[in-house]
Amino acid sequence: MLRWIAARRRTVLTTSKADETDIEPGLRDIPELSMITLRINGTKRDLEVDTRTTLLDALREHLGLTGTKKGCDHGQCGACTVLVNGRRINSCLTLAVMHEDDEIVTIEDLGEPGHLHPLQAAFVECDGFQCGYCTSGQICSAVGMLAEAAAGWPSHATADVSSSQIALTDEEIRERMSGNVCRCAAYPNIVAAIRVVAEGGPT
Amino acid sequence: MIGQALNRVDGPLKVTGGATYAYEFRDGDQPLYGFVVGATIGRGRITGIDTTRVESSPGVHLVLTHQNAPAQGARDLSVPFEYWRAYPTLSSPDVHHHGEPVALVVAATFEQARTAANLVDVEYAAEQGSYDFAACQDQAYAPESLIFGIPADTAVGDVDAGLRTAEVQVDEWYTTPYEFSQPMEPPACLVVPDGDDLVVYTSCQIVDAARASIAATLELDPERVHVVTQYVGGGFGSKLRIHGETILAAMAARALQRPVKVALTRQQMFSSVSVRPTSSQRVRLGAERDGRLVAIAHEVTMHTNRHVEFIEPTATATRSLYAAPNRLTSTRLVPLDVLRGEDVRAPGEAPGLLVVESAVDELAHALGMDPVELRIRNEPTVDPERGVPYSDRHLVECLRDGADRFGWERRLPEPARRRDGRWLVGYGVAAAIRVHLQGPTKAAVRLGPDGIAVVESDMTDIGTGTYTILTQVAAEGLGLPPDRVRVELGRSEFPPSVGSGGSWGAGNSSTAVHHACTALREKLLAAASSDVRSPLHGLDTAGAVFSGGSVSIDGASEALGEIVTRNCPEGLEAEGETVLLTEEPNYGAYAIHTYGAHFAEVGVDADTAEIRLRRMLGVFSVGRVLNAKTARSQLIGGMIWGVSQALAEEGVVDMRSGGFVNRDLAQYLVPVHADIPEIDAVMLDGFDDKANVLGVKGLGELGICGAGAAVANAVFNATGVRVRDFPITIEKVLPGLPLTEV
Ligand code: FES
Ligand code: FES
Repeated sequence: MLRWIAARRRTVLTTSKADETDIEPGLRDIPELSMITLRINGTKRDLEVDTRTTLLDALREHLGLTGTKKGCDHGQCGACTVLVNGRRINSCLTLAVMHEDDEIVTIEDLGEPGHLHPLQAAFVECDGFQCGYCTSGQICSAVGMLAEAAAGWPSHATADVSSSQIALTDEEIRERMSGNVCRCAAYPNIVAAIRVVAEGGPT
Repeated sequence: MIGQALNRVDGPLKVTGGATYAYEFRDGDQPLYGFVVGATIGRGRITGIDTTRVESSPGVHLVLTHQNAPAQGARDLSVPFEYWRAYPTLSSPDVHHHGEPVALVVAATFEQARTAANLVDVEYAAEQGSYDFAACQDQAYAPESLIFGIPADTAVGDVDAGLRTAEVQVDEWYTTPYEFSQPMEPPACLVVPDGDDLVVYTSCQIVDAARASIAATLELDPERVHVVTQYVGGGFGSKLRIHGETILAAMAARALQRPVKVALTRQQMFSSVSVRPTSSQRVRLGAERDGRLVAIAHEVTMHTNRHVEFIEPTATATRSLYAAPNRLTSTRLVPLDVLRGEDVRAPGEAPGLLVVESAVDELAHALGMDPVELRIRNEPTVDPERGVPYSDRHLVECLRDGADRFGWERRLPEPARRRDGRWLVGYGVAAAIRVHLQGPTKAAVRLGPDGIAVVESDMTDIGTGTYTILTQVAAEGLGLPPDRVRVELGRSEFPPSVGSGGSWGAGNSSTAVHHACTALREKLLAAASSDVRSPLHGLDTAGAVFSGGSVSIDGASEALGEIVTRNCPEGLEAEGETVLLTEEPNYGAYAIHTYGAHFAEVGVDADTAEIRLRRMLGVFSVGRVLNAKTARSQLIGGMIWGVSQALAEEGVVDMRSGGFVNRDLAQYLVPVHADIPEIDAVMLDGFDDKANVLGVKGLGELGICGAGAAVANAVFNATGVRVRDFPITIEKVLPGLPLTEV
């Protein structure tokens, strides 16, 4: 895949200074930089990234958007969850260069102190976090999850998978949020916060 | 104000991604990225490191190994607490455990550093290591003492004689596994060189310890080390001390005179930080038919790394828990070549109460007695080993209140009798007790002419709510609305504290801030009453009331900001502090603890033995509560740790290398949303006047204490199967499941 990406992108620089024969097979083409444009939080951002850079590291290390967190860097914790074209993904499991035409939304775009997104407000009110490190991921995931449920996508906890209406019970919320680990174990409060918003509570 | 369920003052920042954690700071030049290379053997020596391929790898600036790392200070055992001692890294070719750093590769980008790290060629002369805890029991030795000089072994009366005369006995062995803290934020650090100084942004629980440890390791004047820790993505013991990531980043930053960032990967966390020792524990209980205990013995053996001794105080809670005339506790260590043990949430109580409170349930079953009643029957009047009174013990109230709220009377005493569809349903109870500690902590409070109070301490907020509770304490102490208080934490320039750990952070820092506010009030009153321009001039300050940002005496009143503006426009400041518990007479005169009772309902699938927690309640006595919301969250979080300890967490050692095989979050199981149902925590009203002036005790670890035992006891009540080898997993329960009708 990397080879394919390298071919597709305009390669601007090869920084390899080692003798070609010294380099591990498969690594030969890797240290290449690509100029890409990402559409993040409604703004176009140009950046030059190593083709191996994950979307997560592009956000955190290149664009200063550190609200998205790195908990495991391999898809096991959900701390890095962002919305890509409205769907939640683990940004550590995807490369920045794969997202040139996508609409990316991070926690920074959902709200800010004083103007919180309803989920952000509910997390504060329900104390849906302690250390706060999983929180951006939980909230972005919840945004995506509520949209999936509204669209009638069933889950493992859905009693009638043929129904187009999902009753967002606590069990449904828990099942659908299980990709987001919280080691502070704020789970009951996170579910309460999501429930408030799912039920159209205070916004 | 104190006690109210105020929302976290840092909440809006945390939910918008605006709270800055260590790795996220930008300071000075574009940082370089370090990637750690870990040893692939558990014991032996490095005989050669070839870094030529690494050095020519794209973007690489530096490869640090023991061959070129600077000389470092040694771990000095005369420094009383481990977290303040040096942490030499890459200091010799010797390997002390699997995964120990053997190199740091620093490159322009993270990707380059990670790729290059794979090219480090290390040759080892491996030696046969001891990795098998069970097989090395014959090497167990008795340590000199536990932390704070607490004796490793204690004995009262004659346990063997007591057991012989007891009408009913329990004598069982239990084992608990290696467990890891695994906070969501990995250990991470950015070090920025500034002339001869180092600015260290690191994720730590104790700023003063981080500074001291860095300075001792790099042989620097501590004044040259500036630590910044604004937000910490969870600690659970793993960040009490700094580890290789911080030392390596500091060495590289100094060598390159460039900012360097290092974070451990999730996998590396399993080979370098914060493992709870594995243990084997024998519990012997002897009781009369009426349930009164005549003997309690709790003998604990745990692993320690051969080179760095670490002891969990696993049997200490047993010393204060129940009355019995004959008692014994002991602690033994088995030296292995496995990662050194470190404090993991509720060190000691967590594995100790898991076991002892399981054994008490076994005794209740043997006696045919309700386990709540059995515990109440053995309530001591004074601490049974020390003979001193309890400061404020409410265990019985916790048990009774919890039993009421939980509907404990619906429990069927005979196991495996309650069915709900395919589920065998059981109830379990366990007691919680956790020692209350105090350590030296300072805080300064400064009131500006704008009438805003700024609290400063190097104390940390690791998710515990420090920013919020100190806001409340200062607001109450000065009669200010909370939005007129700003709390600044986590900088080594601020007055030093012993940080967050041992559940002492809240008690220490709130008491220090309270004292600072008291002193500041005196200063304000002295300034006003001696100032002819003040409406309070000449008035008797004894009846002064601070409220709404003003102080009033007999109807005359003045805004605090006015007093400051006139008398000291740069602001008026006062300090408060707490001292180490050994200097506090109450710690000798009383047994000071927090208490609780856990009630759990589990379902066990009658065919597959899948275990599901169905609901859980904890009732706690913690003295005075500083913030009802954050306190409840911490207790619930702790309870979930207990659930996880009973049912999931277990680090498995590879007997060939001494490394942990299940080193990620897919294989080292921690609870996810779907594992956790409705859980509630209730706190009794309280005030422990022996603990401190605010009546406050810590609760960050109480929630886990005994929680796992309540779950284990519920599994027994559901199935009749008693698993003594934690965690309780399907394959251990399945063979004992009762036959069910088809
Ligand atoms: S950092 Fe992406 S899932 Fe953990
Ligand atoms: S709030 Fe700390 S990990 Fe979720």
